[in-house]
Order: sequence, then structure tokens, then C-alpha cells
Amino acid sequence: MDPAELNYTTTHEWIYAHRGVAAVGITEFAVRALTDLVYIDLPDVGRMLGVGEVFGEVESVKAVSELCAPVAGKVIEVNESLPDELDILSEDPYGRGWMIKLNISEPSALHALLDLAAYQEHCTTDSH
Amino acid sequence: MAYLFNTAKQQRAMLQTIGVDSISDLFNQVPEQLRLKRPLDLPPPLSEIELEAHLRECAGRNVGGSSRACMQGGGVYDHFIPAVVDEIASRGEFYTAYTPYQAEASQGSLQAFFEYQTLICQLTGMDVSNASLYEGGTSVSEAALMAMRATQRREKIVILGSVHPEYREVVETYLSHLDCEIVVVSTPEGTVDLANVEAALDDRTACLIVQQPNFFGCLEDACRLTDIAHRYGALSVVSFDPISLGLLKRPGDFGADIAVAEGQPLGIPMQYGGPFLGILACRQNFVRQMPGRLIGQTIDRNGERCFVLNLQAREQHIRREKATSNICTNQGLLALRATVYLALLGKVGLKEVAELCCRKAHYAAEQLSTIDGVELMFDRPFFKEFSLRIRNGKLDEVLRNARCDGFDLGPTLRHFQSFATQFGKASEEGVLVAVTEKRTRDDIDRLVRSLRKSVLGL
Repeated sequence: MDPAELNYTTTHEWIYAHRGVAAVGITEFAVRALTDLVYIDLPDVGRMLGVGEVFGEVESVKAVSELCAPVAGKVIEVNESLPDELDILSEDPYGRGWMIKLNISEPSALHALLDLAAYQEHCTTDSH
Repeated sequence: MAYLFNTAKQQRAMLQTIGVDSISDLFNQVPEQLRLKRPLDLPPPLSEIELEAHLRECAGRNVGGSSRACMQGGGVYDHFIPAVVDEIASRGEFYTAYTPYQAEASQGSLQAFFEYQTLICQLTGMDVSNASLYEGGTSVSEAALMAMRATQRREKIVILGSVHPEYREVVETYLSHLDCEIVVVSTPEGTVDLANVEAALDDRTACLIVQQPNFFGCLEDACRLTDIAHRYGALSVVSFDPISLGLLKRPGDFGADIAVAEGQPLGIPMQYGGPFLGILACRQNFVRQMPGRLIGQTIDRNGERCFVLNLQAREQHIRREKATSNICTNQGLLALRATVYLALLGKVGLKEVAELCCRKAHYAAEQLSTIDGVELMFDRPFFKEFSLRIRNGKLDEVLRNARCDGFDLGPTLRHFQSFATQFGKASEEGVLVAVTEKRTRDDIDRLVRSLRKSVLGL
């Protein structure tokens, strides 16, 4: 996936939306900051998520970070191979490293998110 | 502990180094009016001969478990402690070490805790044990919080009325600022009625907390209680007596999700009620909800076996308000004692201790109930402890006389307010009696004679 086509949150999730369905993951910046990943907890399929709601967590040897939903929607698919192969996240964060797929409740909510330029700006000013 | 002295010359050198004129100048930062300007009100110094005589006289007034027959129960027991436990636990390397904050530099401590975790897993049949908590009450409470996190059910827990009343109080304290209802299922017959448990559980319940053997010494139907909990999607939390697992089914074998215990019976002296050892073990899938420290084994860059602290990222010094628990330490020295004790006894030894306790307790119960006005309070299977009912208002006299004869019994059930409602008048007449492997047949026979005399008013 081309990072330029994605939208971003200030909490370092990316989202790619197409025809009402979106894939969500975390950015390369976030993966690097977390360093060695050891664990990921993802939600069950069918769960309804609100904007900003915690849908899982990712743990490294240094920290546990919560994963927040960029937009509201219903979880329709979860990347089952991630928990056993966390390396995927550092190898291909914007492709095979997707975490969940959502049926977006309100497509217009995407406009409230950051584009690549704004996200990069955010990363340089806020190192968290 | 070594006596560290210094000479006047050394003191001067030290003061000079830090640029201070006198020792009293060091206290200048204490406000003038708070400083004590007279010598401490202490008796004059003693010579070594006088000091030794004085201490000997003081020590002579101690009445310890070893000079009497302690048959007290209620969570703390007078089990035998092999000399090797003290020998190893009192080594300077272990004795002076606090829980390691620079963990990986303390490989010896980490190895001991890793072995502790391994032994606890073997003892309980659970997948994973933490490196210990403070004592039985905190273990039960942390298990309740853990169950609430794991099930995402934060509104309600169910606990049997036969769980140690002090543990229940600790749970109440822990949950007092959470919106969680604590439902207590009373146990008027000594053990719980399964139908009452079923009625108390629902799909909002995070866990069912059972003590096995329970506070009165009776054996609950822990297997079926676990099944019932699971039927409602609640976790089964079992508080066990570690010695009992020499004979009873292990919590892991009957499907418990979290097994907790007071670890005092494992080589830890009664020491006036603490410090003790909190045991907590669980199934693998709850490991990330588990509080406390967890030691893991790995290999270093030279390919050598070494030990590390695992899952630290969930502790409060890193995760702050989202930490799994505010417990960031373990009960190092006492976990070490338990490790040495379990390693020394092994499977066979633990079974022998359990069998001795069980047989002796049953002999004691049988003999004591031949006395008129003395009976077992509950007609239920038990392990090493039972509730004795002493009728006709004789309880105080019986306990007083037994004490004079060198036997300590108790605690009495009336000591705990919550039992008045569960048992009514019977709670006024009940007392716990525990019999460990240390008691001889002669001890038990003498206790029976003491009680027989007391109830006859002789």
C-alpha cells in the first residue's frame, strides 16, 4: 500500500478505505518506536468500535501500546497470522501488517483524519 | 549483622572530605527547635556479661511454637521446617537481597524465582506462576481483579462464605472503589450448597472464588464448583492449601483458571502472623492479565542459560495507570524458602507430610468427639483441620485449660463477625483445630485428656 494513499491518526494508526470497507494498521514510525515486538492482542470479528475506541494492544519488550480505531465501524476481519508472526509488522507495516478490517459506519469521518504530510508533520513535532 | 566502628581519626578524615567541621553540623538542616538537646533516656550501658544474662532472661520469657503444641488453624500452620531451609535462606547472597530492580544483574535471585515458579506449576498443575505476591489475602484479591480484566466483566464476583473471612475482607478493600458487587454465598452446613452457587452466578459474573479445603477445614466439591462457574462464563478461582496438594486433586487438574494460596505452610515460620507468601498461578491464556513479576529463562549472547524479567512492560513503573496491578515486587526471601522446602520434600515427601497431617487430624477428631459435649461442627470430609463445637458455654474454659496444659487451639469462629449470621448460636461454640505432622499421638491423647477434664469442670 502506498503511504500517500492512507489516512492517519495522531495515535499512529493508518487506515485505508475503499467502498465502505477499511483496513487498519500502525505506522512504520510506531513500529520503530516500539522496538522488539512480543505480543499483539486483536479484537473478535463482529465487535462494534467507536471512534478512538481501544480495539487491541501491541506489546514490545519496552512498552504496551493500545490500538485505537481511527473511525467507527464493525470488525469484519482480523489478521490471524499477525500474533504468530510479529515480524510482518516491521517488514510490511502498510501491507501484510494490516490488523483489522472494518465496515465503516460513517465514511465522511475519514475527512477528520490526517493525510501523509500532516502525519509526518505530527511525527516531527510530537515524538509520542 | 557486623558492628561497624570508626575511630575519632577516621571520623575527622570523613568530615574533612565532605567539608564539614563536626558531626553535629550534619544536623543543621533539622530546625533548631526540633533537635534533642539532651542525651537519650536510656539505661546505663551493660558489660558483655550483664548483656548476655539480660538477653537470656528476655528470651526465656518467649513462648514459641516449638515449646508448645500449636494446633491452631485458620490459614497459618505449625508445619515442620527442615534445617536446610534456614541454612540456604540465611545465606548473605539471598538474605540481604531485595526484589531485583536491576533484575538481570541478579541472576542468582532470578534463578531461584524461576525454580519457584516451576515448582508452583508442578504443585498446582497450572501453566504459569508469577514470582509470588505478599500473602494469601492479596493473592485472592489480585485473582479477582485479574478475572475481571480477563472476562471484561467488571460488575460482579461471587465468593463462598467458607473462604477465609480475612481474605474476604481484603477482597472488599481491594474492590471498594470499583463498581463491583461482591456476592457471598453462605455455607451454613460447612460446605456450600451447589444450587445456591448456581443461583448466585449469572453472565455478568467475573469469577467464583472457592477455598479448598475451606476455612472450616471442610472439603468443597471444587470440581463441580469449577464446572458451574464455567457454565456461566466465569473464571474459577481456587484458594488452596499447598500441603493438601500432596493428597488432593490439583487445581489445574479439575479446570481451575487461577490458583492462589497462602504459602506459609511451605517452610515459613508462623512468625506472629507474617510476613508470608502469596502464591498465584494461572492458565497460559491469562498470563498477560497476571499481576506481579514473572521470570523467564533464555540464552545470552554467548549461548549460556540465563534468566530475565518477563512482561515488565505491563508493570506500573512503565505502564503507569494502565498497569496490570500496583504490585511490582515479590516476596523474595519467602519464595526462596518455599522453593527449598518443595525441592527438598519432592513429590513423595509432600505426599507423606499430607498423609501424616490427614491421619493425625482424623485421629484427633475421632478422639475429641468421644468427649461428652464436644463434637465436630460439620459432618463433612476434611484434611488437616476441623471445626470443633464445644457445647454448654464451656468454650472459654476449655481453651484456657488447654493453654495451661501447653496446647494452643483456635481461632474461635466468634472471632469473625461474619459467622454470627451464617451459623447463629453455633458460631459462639466453634473453634478451629489443625493437626500437622509435628503432633504426636501422645500430644493428641494429652489434649483429649485436657478437654475431658475441662468439660467435666475438673
